[in-house]
Amino acid sequence: MYNTGKVMFFIIVLIIFFTIPVWLNWGRLEAVPQPELPKEEKKCIESKEYMRAYHMKLLDDWRKKAIRENQRIYEASDNEKYTISLQRTCMKCHNNKEKFCDRCHNFVITHPDCWGCHIAPEVAQKWQ
Amino acid sequence: MAIKRRSFLKLTGLTLLGSTLSTIIGNLLTRGEVKAKGYTQSPEALVGKRWVMVIDVKKCKEGRSTCGAKCIEACHTLHNVPLISDIKKEIKWIWEDTFEHAFPEQTEKYLEELFHGTPFLLLCNHCDNPPCVRVCPTKATFKNEEGIVMMDFHRCIGCRFCMAACPFGARSFNWFDPRPYIKKVNPEYPTRMKGVVEKCLFCYERLAQGKLPVCVEACPEKALIFGDLADENSEVNKILRERVALRRKAELGTKPSVFYLMS
Ligand code: HEC
Ligand code: HEC
Ligand code: HEC
Repeated sequence: MYNTGKVMFFIIVLIIFFTIPVWLNWGRLEAVPQPELPKEEKKCIESKEYMRAYHMKLLDDWRKKAIRENQRIYEASDNEKYTISLQRTCMKCHNNKEKFCDRCHNFVITHPDCWGCHIAPEVAQKWQ
Repeated sequence: MAIKRRSFLKLTGLTLLGSTLSTIIGNLLTRGEVKAKGYTQSPEALVGKRWVMVIDVKKCKEGRSTCGAKCIEACHTLHNVPLISDIKKEIKWIWEDTFEHAFPEQTEKYLEELFHGTPFLLLCNHCDNPPCVRVCPTKATFKNEEGIVMMDFHRCIGCRFCMAACPFGARSFNWFDPRPYIKKVNPEYPTRMKGVVEKCLFCYERLAQGKLPVCVEACPEKALIFGDLADENSEVNKILRERVALRRKAELGTKPSVFYLMS
């Protein structure tokens, strides 16, 4: 290879340039989203870790079961029963979408279209 | 250095094997994450094999001057149906029309005179043989096991084939965001958004809670009767055996589930 020294030098410079955010934020965790958890309630439908990782899958299963298979009751792993509903179950405990769902979603830049139809509690309040 | 045919094939094989293995391992690892014990129906749910509605035209006409079409109001408020005045873009789940429009195939002059000025409540007929379901490319609209022609709004891509297929004009399309046209919102039920089709769902979400459709409940004249046609002893079966009932455009063979008592 011609000019090996120069080529290698610029490759290294490029790598450092593109990884600047990693170096600048090394070891810092303050950007982690802080969703506001319900105060009156102790536990979610499933364990916190499960909800954090799989709530989108749970919601997808919920709507399929409720609408397509007419099964409206969810029996959780601790035998507790919940009515399947985004607005009447999830959002009764998590009663502020902006301070809960959105805080995480903005962080990971995901914008599910649910709220084009489903009515967030704070939106319902302003409506009337 | 050119890669040899033999090593290329080996590499391809290894890649395939690797991706299959990683999928299998991934599935094994997350199997424990399917948490649900199960899904069930609520014990108080009303269950049926073929839900139908019988509309007593005479009672409906008698009460119409005083009731103010409570059925329509109750339905549209409960389901957040917008009120749009442009009739080309309006959204309706249940509405009124004249005899000539409801039964265009009945050309008998005396019938037309007899029913002149009689309001006919129209809604999705929940056909037993629904043409809208056959044309839906995403299975967003389908017939459930209780005979209700359902809409899964999550799957609707707004192609409007179903609207073209429906001989009853029971489906409406959201040409724009309906929210500004909803005066009083029901926070318990979603709205729809631009680009989806909507219609009456026989209040399947209320049946699941053991309640009758809201239009049936709202009618002060008890002119709407709801029941299971598959159940020999149901009230609807008894009424239909005794009285003259018409169904809209029966000659098309879609087998509607809404009956109009004409006598
Ligand atoms: C009975 C009230 C209740 C209901 C209903 C409920 N949650 Fe929760 N949820 C909680 C509580 C309390 C926590 C915090 C749990 C903890 O700290 O262990 C939580 C935690 C979570 C978390 C994790 C938050 C974090 O900081 O990691 C997610 C995600 C979540 N819920 C989503 C949902 C979704 C989606 C639904 C509807 C399917 C739902 N929840 C229904 C009460 C509820
Ligand atoms: C603890 C943080 C957190 C909270 C709280 C949270 N989510 Fe999420 N959500 C995520 C993450 C992370 C993803 C995955 C994003 C991705 O895959 O790109 C996600 C994805 C989703 C998706 C799938 C999006 C898609 O485009 O496929 C849905 C639907 C969803 N969340 C609904 C909700 C709802 C409803 C709430 C509030 C009740 C909620 N989430 C609260 C972190 C959270
Ligand atoms: C086009 C409008 C629309 C969009 C977008 C939409 N939904 Fe729905 N959804 C509905 C309607 C209408 C129902 C029926 C409610 C009922 O029958 O009680 C429903 C029902 C559901 C149900 C089950 C029953 C209930 O009452 O909640 C779940 C769970 C659900 N949706 C989750 C979601 C999630 C998660 C998203 C976003 C990824 C989403 N929906 C996006 C319109 C929509």
